[in-house]
Amino acid sequence: MTSQAGTIEPPRGQRYTGAIITDKIADLVLVRPMHWGFYVGFALSTALTLLFIVAISYLFAKGVGIWGINQPVAWAFALTNFVWWVGIGHAGTFISAFLLLLRQRWRTSVNRFAEAMTIFAVAMAGLMPILHLGRPWFFYWLIPYPDVMDVWPQWRSPLVWDIFAIGTYLIVSLLFWYMGLIPDLASLRDRARSRLAQVGYGLAALGWRGEARHWARFETAYLLMAGLATPLVISVHTVVSLDFSFGLVPGWHSTIFPPYFVDGALYSGFAMALVLAVPMRVVFRLQDFITVRHLAKVGTLTLVTGLIVAYSYCVEVFNAYYSADAYEIAMIHNRYFGPYAPIAWSVVLCNIVIPQALWSRKLRQMPLALFTVAMVVLIGMWLERFMIIVPSLAQDFLPSAWHMFYPTFWDLATLAGSIGAFAFLFLLFLRFLPAISMSELRRDAREQPIVAR
Amino acid sequence: MTDASHLYSLVAEFSDPERLVTAVRRCREHYEQVDAYAPYAVEGLPEALGFERNRVPLVTLIGGILGGVGIYALQWYSAVIDYPINSGGRPLDAWPVYIIPTFEITVLGAALAAFLGMLLLNGLPRLNHPIFNAPDFDLASRNRFFLSIRASDPKFDLNDTRRLLSGLDPIRIIEVPA
Repeated sequence: MTSQAGTIEPPRGQRYTGAIITDKIADLVLVRPMHWGFYVGFALSTALTLLFIVAISYLFAKGVGIWGINQPVAWAFALTNFVWWVGIGHAGTFISAFLLLLRQRWRTSVNRFAEAMTIFAVAMAGLMPILHLGRPWFFYWLIPYPDVMDVWPQWRSPLVWDIFAIGTYLIVSLLFWYMGLIPDLASLRDRARSRLAQVGYGLAALGWRGEARHWARFETAYLLMAGLATPLVISVHTVVSLDFSFGLVPGWHSTIFPPYFVDGALYSGFAMALVLAVPMRVVFRLQDFITVRHLAKVGTLTLVTGLIVAYSYCVEVFNAYYSADAYEIAMIHNRYFGPYAPIAWSVVLCNIVIPQALWSRKLRQMPLALFTVAMVVLIGMWLERFMIIVPSLAQDFLPSAWHMFYPTFWDLATLAGSIGAFAFLFLLFLRFLPAISMSELRRDAREQPIVAR
Repeated sequence: MTDASHLYSLVAEFSDPERLVTAVRRCREHYEQVDAYAPYAVEGLPEALGFERNRVPLVTLIGGILGGVGIYALQWYSAVIDYPINSGGRPLDAWPVYIIPTFEITVLGAALAAFLGMLLLNGLPRLNHPIFNAPDFDLASRNRFFLSIRASDPKFDLNDTRRLLSGLDPIRIIEVPA
């Protein structure tokens, strides 16, 4: 065994056996072959994570006044980041749960890292509303528990639903991910050579020994979890969208918000899956498992969700005029021709125009092109969240109350820091847990041979 | 009769799932306490072992119902009885808005029940198990398939059982100490 990344491979043109699959994926964790790309990514993400810690510490010391928020723009970067991160967290569970129910076998290569992506993205999302609270140390007051203050949450408030939706989603995603990991942790335990790794992975594997009856219960529970997680995915961004559509602010108060938000969430999530998968498969030499075909399928899903997003933008404009509501019409004018117009047109460019390139089959087969388009979509989706939240608040009913929002250094530091912390957690995941489900790949490789290229 | 009191089981190691399923069927004709171990879920294997009652769906259903009923009752009790707030004359028993937390906690309850039910019905977590004494058993999570006949089976006889197993084309036969 050498430290060269992924040297355990069958000769070109030969099939991957269960043994080679296990050895190759387990050694990414146990032997930890190093690639310069990993060092660069880890150094960058660590630096940004430190920035995140500084930004949060300064925020806790000084309060939300360090951000650019004002009256009437009380919601800005923190909420934009929140909606964006929750959205990215959607694709992971969608890929693993929904595609499992549809028996799409290609999901096997991508579900594990997509689930990890979900969990870290939802963790980043969960932080944002807490950071935005004036007194973040009281966030747990949203949870119903018998306290000495005799106070209960206000069940009619979408902000209370938020904590139920996000909390449930985080816990269920975590359970789903961990459950899928149990047989793989057992593989790591059995292959580890150092005592520490044996004990660590052994405890995490909960004594899994691959007994046939255990597998039967495991498969049933896994399928049930997938069935439960699928409507949950839809519910999470629905609830997030209700935070807005329950308000009377023009540009928020709209019935199209739940499907519009859910679809935008999947759009950004598929884009993030591509952004992570393209470098990951090169750095860890996983091209035989995460093939161009897999990337092309995610590319197609990105295109489809992107078209629905484009449709939603059109409906928003149509609805504004159809409502004949002066404030709604003014909002659309302000959005596309007012002071924030550059944002709105960037959204159109990033989310509608550029992703049309995905119609090309040839381009869907080019990882670098997919990566580029996905990056553009991620930027576009962040701007879209900003476009929905800020311009609507900055110019609402009374012109005398209008006020522009400009981000401060700390706004940008929080956004950049959360991206860094997300990448930091994801890179740690790649070093400590198997990035692809070994047990599912072993089973699938018998029916659909994986051939070394 | 050979003394088998020091044994947990006699284990046969196979190279592929087809041999294992055939072997399990043969052994089940003679023995009750047969276990099979595989690196992934092998189709038909639980049935060959006589596994019928999978209670995971029932446990999941109960978990979901408990979660849903519990949170609905909590919302109703807190908003109507314990802490009524008149908010613009809206009804206290605002059942449409209770549905959202009810849905979420139903899913949460069912998912927790599915996960914990799966573990507890499997007798996990567990720190050790005699089968781990079998040399080569670390391959059960990689590419090998194992069949184990426990020594506590009333019909277990070291020589007879070994003869039966060796006729099933295993890679090797292993005596696992208790």
